[in-house]
Amino acid sequence: MYDSGKILAGIIIFILLITFPFWLNSIQGEYKGEPELVIDRSNGAQCVKSTDYMRNSHMTLLNEWRDEVVRNDNRFYTISSGERIEMSLSNTCMSCHANKEEFCDRCHDYSGVKPYCWDCHIEQKKLETN
Amino acid sequence: MNILISAAALLILILLVIVGIEAAGLEYFFGVFIPYMAVVIFLSGIIFKLIGWARSPVPFRIPTIAGQQKSLGWIKSSKLDSPATILGVVGRMVLEVLLFRSLFRNTKYETKPGQKLVYGSAKFLWIAALIFHWSFLIIILRHLRYISEPIPSLVPLLQNLDGFFQVGVPELFITNILIVVSLAFLFMRRTADPKNRYLSLTADYFPLLLILAIAITGIMMRYFTKVDIAGIKTFAMGLVSFKPVVPESINVIFYIHLFLVSSLLVYFSFSKLLHMVGVFLSPTRNLSNNNRSVRHVNPWDKPVRIHTYEEYEDEFRDKMKAAGLPLEKE
Ligand code: HEC
Ligand code: HEC
Ligand code: HEC
Repeated sequence: MYDSGKILAGIIIFILLITFPFWLNSIQGEYKGEPELVIDRSNGAQCVKSTDYMRNSHMTLLNEWRDEVVRNDNRFYTISSGERIEMSLSNTCMSCHANKEEFCDRCHDYSGVKPYCWDCHIEQKKLETN
Repeated sequence: MNILISAAALLILILLVIVGIEAAGLEYFFGVFIPYMAVVIFLSGIIFKLIGWARSPVPFRIPTIAGQQKSLGWIKSSKLDSPATILGVVGRMVLEVLLFRSLFRNTKYETKPGQKLVYGSAKFLWIAALIFHWSFLIIILRHLRYISEPIPSLVPLLQNLDGFFQVGVPELFITNILIVVSLAFLFMRRTADPKNRYLSLTADYFPLLLILAIAITGIMMRYFTKVDIAGIKTFAMGLVSFKPVVPESINVIFYIHLFLVSSLLVYFSFSKLLHMVGVFLSPTRNLSNNNRSVRHVNPWDKPVRIHTYEEYEDEFRDKMKAAGLPLEKE
């Protein structure tokens, strides 16, 4: 007895599974590239740290800020220009990046992250309209 | 010695990338050519092996059972451990593939001073293997976020479960810890015990170290050295949509991670890692124990040339008659 029929079916299933990313991609339609981020420069042309750093490590920075504020009650942070800014997610980040949907969310949706911070923290926009 | 060879091989792979990226600037080679090649070798290697297996005859049922085989109606049979039906076999296979039941039966034996040889149950191999394989699967599925747009809802679900404890930012994934701990245990299991060390080959250590290195580089990128995740997704999307773009300003750690994954894919079908597909073809697991109720014909039986007595008589009738021998037919 040979089981070549069953193994052949197995091979087909295996190929479909492994090439999943490739055909998933063609099913999902034309890949449009990285989403465009809308950056509002009206409050300053620079972020609190270099763009490269922000791009890779803004979550680490936020974590450090959170720990400083919540554990050490230290609310101010000196940026490289010497300016002292408030360490705050809603008040600092979101004052410049008020367009959360076109900035944070766009990149997060693309990267597959859903920060749970907004369970408690409020967006600047909602703060203003309230 | 075997450990040293595997560690050296791993080190050479890593150095190769560092030199290739930092000194020679071979981003296109390591970022595009190698991954494509690895996927092709992985796929074709496994298909080649599978075709070989498809052409081999299925052996006679091996009733290595841990339960009563089906016989008379009033004798209770074990439907899962000694299945007589396809359904039972499917059940046994599913449990084998998902829960590694064979490993659960793993035993250890040792002689303590002044004692006879003692056999005992050894569940740690099973537990560590289960943790490792499931963590690895979840981690691989989480990586779907890099190669799909929009991202299937399975990924956020897994991320939420995996980051359940919400430790730190970026969220600590439980599987990241589990995979490193279980791999470390599986490595220690081979090295700590002289008997196991004696039995372990380079081919046992190398995959463990390779996967450990892949996990560690991934963890480094996520929590410590940091990479531009959106940029890497753009790069990965380029690969899967066959419009490769070479990422700029991406940390060499990412290239090491990618190259080690490619090495794993290439190494896969030539090594014991092939048990990923081989497990489905375990003859002691995937054949029902119905030796007594179904006739199994040996597939490689050649038709035997037989010469019956009638034919013999036909052939030698004249001579037999002449010699006066008795004949069945005149
Ligand atoms: C003073 C206004 C300002 C504040 C406050 C600010 N940003 Fe920015 N941010 C900017 C600007 C302007 C850019 C674009 C920089 C560039 O393009 O070089 C930017 C860039 C970024 C980027 C990189 C976007 C890209 O193009 O990849 C991230 C991520 C980011 N900011 C997150 C944050 C977070 C998180 C905070 C709070 C810790 C924050 N920003 C606070 C103004 C600000
Ligand atoms: C369970 C509710 C909750 C969640 C979820 C939460 N925070 Fe907070 N966070 C707080 C509270 C409460 C404070 C203290 C506010 C204060 O003292 O001004 C705080 C303070 C902070 C601060 C400093 C103060 C400020 O105004 O921002 C930062 C930064 C911060 N959180 C970041 C984060 C980030 C990043 C996340 C998501 C990963 C997050 N938080 C999730 C409740 C929460
Ligand atoms: C250029 C893309 C980009 C932009 C813009 C961006 N983020 Fe992120 N962010 C990421 C990526 C990628 C991660 C996930 C890192 C990971 O998974 O290792 C992340 C993670 C986070 C996390 C940690 C969440 C978690 O669960 O791990 C927080 C908090 C966060 N971002 C806040 C912000 C805020 C607030 C803004 C807008 C001011 C912002 N980000 C803008 C790319 C971006």
